[in-house]
Amino acid sequence: MDATVDSVKGGGSQPIHLARRRGAISDPIFVGLLWASGIFVLILLGLIITELFKGGLPALQHFGLDFIWTASWNPVTEKYGALVMIYGTIFSAVIAVVVALPLSFGIAFFLTEIAPPALKRPIGVAIQLLAAVPSIIFGMWGFFIIVPLMAGYVQPPLIDWLGGIPLIGLLFQGPPLGSGMLTAGLILAVMILPYITSMFVETLESVPPMLKESAYGVGATTYEVYKNVSVPYGRTAMVGAVMLGLGRALGETMAVTFVIGNATRLSASLFAPGATIASTIANEFPEAPLGSLKLTSLLQLGFILFVISFIVLALSRALIRSRMD
Amino acid sequence: MASLAVRRTKDTTVKAISIGFAAFSIFLLGWILWTLLARGLPALGTNVFTQITMPPGQNGGLLNAIVGSLIQVGIAVLIGGPIGIFAGTFLAENGKGTKIGSITRFVNDILLSAPSILVGLFIYTLLVVPFGSFSGWAGALALAILVIPVVVRTTEDMLNLVPVGLREAAFALGAPQWKVVMFITWRAARAGIVTGVLLAIARAAGETAPLLFTSLGNNAWSVDLSKPMASLPVAIYQYAGAPFDDWVALAWAGALLITVGVLLLNVFSRLVLARMN
Repeated sequence: MDATVDSVKGGGSQPIHLARRRGAISDPIFVGLLWASGIFVLILLGLIITELFKGGLPALQHFGLDFIWTASWNPVTEKYGALVMIYGTIFSAVIAVVVALPLSFGIAFFLTEIAPPALKRPIGVAIQLLAAVPSIIFGMWGFFIIVPLMAGYVQPPLIDWLGGIPLIGLLFQGPPLGSGMLTAGLILAVMILPYITSMFVETLESVPPMLKESAYGVGATTYEVYKNVSVPYGRTAMVGAVMLGLGRALGETMAVTFVIGNATRLSASLFAPGATIASTIANEFPEAPLGSLKLTSLLQLGFILFVISFIVLALSRALIRSRMD
Repeated sequence: MASLAVRRTKDTTVKAISIGFAAFSIFLLGWILWTLLARGLPALGTNVFTQITMPPGQNGGLLNAIVGSLIQVGIAVLIGGPIGIFAGTFLAENGKGTKIGSITRFVNDILLSAPSILVGLFIYTLLVVPFGSFSGWAGALALAILVIPVVVRTTEDMLNLVPVGLREAAFALGAPQWKVVMFITWRAARAGIVTGVLLAIARAAGETAPLLFTSLGNNAWSVDLSKPMASLPVAIYQYAGAPFDDWVALAWAGALLITVGVLLLNVFSRLVLARMN
C-alpha cells in the first residue's frame, strides 16, 4: 500500500509532473493490454469455429449435407455419416437430464428449505466437489463399478419385465452388456447434477422472502411454497440451468467413451452400445491418418458438436441472465 | 383443495424424498472416493513416483506422466493466467455496460462450458498439423485455452466486489488506470483472483480429451516440449483400458493422485472464497 500512496501523492520526493509523465507512457500500454486480452477472448471462439469448419470442409464437400443424415460409419468403404453420433449425443444427454432433473429439484429443496444452516454448507460443498472430479475418473468408476452392476443386477430384470411389452419393450431389448446408452446417460446425470443443483439453489435463494412469507401466512406447507411460489418465480433461470446441464452432457468425452460401448449402429434400445460425437472423435482419431477422409469427417463431426453445444449454451445463458442484466 | 391431513402427508413425503436425494448425492461422492482409495492406495508404491511408464510386468511407474502433467499445466497457467486476469479486468473495469464488454462476457461463458475435446481438435489443426508433430507445447496451449475462461470469470466477479469508491478515490488523486488497477483493485481482490487461478489449475490438471490430439502421450522419458509429452490423465486413459492387471492398478494409483490433488485445490479455493464473501 505504501507504494500506492507514495506514487499517488506524486512519488514522494519526486516533482508531481514527472510522475504524471511516467504514467502517461505506461497507461496506454497497460490499457492496451487489457483491451488486447479482452479482444483475444472474444476472437478465440470465432477462431475455434473457423478452424473446425475449415478442417471438416473436405468431408462436407465429399459427402454434401447428406453427411448429417447418413447413418453409416464405415472405414472400409470410406462412407461416413454423422446420424448415429448425433442421435447418441442427444439421446445420452437427454437421459442424463431426465435423471438429474428430479434429483436436482429434491436436493435444491433440501438445501434451500429443510437443511439446518450447519449442514447446508458442508453438503453444498460436497455436491460442488462432485463437479470437480475429473471426467476420466467418472469414466473409470463407470467402467469398473457401474457397468458390471448394470450387467449383473439392473439390465437382466428390466429386460425380463419390460422387454416383452409392445413399443416400450423396444427400449429394453438386447443382451445385458452393462455398457450402452443408459449407462452413459446415468454417468452423465451424476456429472451434471452438481451444475443444475447449484444454479437451482442460487436462483431459489433470490426469491424475495416476502413472497414466500405471504404464502406461509395463508397456511401453505413448505412443499407448497416451494412448488407454487419459489419454483414459478425462478423458472426462467431454472430452465436455463437445465439447458446448461444439457450443454455440458452433450460434449462430455472421457466418461462416455468408457461406458457407451462405442458401436456405430443405430438402435432404439437403452441397453444397446452406441456412440456420441465426442466419444467417436476420441476413439477413432488414433486410426485417422493425416489427410484421410476419416480425419476430415471427424473434424466435421467436431464442427457439428460445436454448433449443437453453442445453440444450447447460448440459449441457457440467455435464460439465466434474462433477469440479471 | 385437499384436506389438511393429505397436504401434511404430501409435505412430509416430499421432504423425506428430498433428504434421501441429498443423502444419495453425498453417497455418490463417497462411493467414487472409496473406489479410488480401495483400488488406488494398494497400487501406490514408490515405483509410481520413481519409475517411468514401462511395458507390462516390469514394475513401471508414472514419473514421466506426472512430470509431463506438471510441465504442461504449469505452462498453461503461465500463459492462460495472465491473459485471463487481464481479460477479466477488462470486463470489470473497461467493458462495463459497453456492447463489446457484454459480447466478450457472452463468449467467455460459452468457452467456459464448451466441450474440451473441441479445444483439442482446434489446437490439432492450428499447431499439430502445420508443425507436423504432436508436442508438449500444443498440449500446454490447449490447456491454456481451458484455463482462460475460468480465470476471466472469477477475476471479473472478484473485481466487481471491490467498492467503486476505492477506485474513485485513487482516480481523484490523479493516479493513471494502470496504477489504480495494479495497486488498488488487484490488491483488494488478490485472494479471489488467486483462487480463480487455483480452480483453473484444478480444471486443467484433470483434462484428458484435449491432450489426446495435442501432446498425445509418451511412454519414454521426455521433457522436450517440441516432442510428444506424457501426461497423467492420458496415461490413466491408456492404462485403464489395458488387459494387464499391473497397468490397470497403475491407472487407479494415478486416478487417486489426480483426484486428491484436484479436490484439495477445490476445497482450499472454496475456503478462501467463503472467507471473502
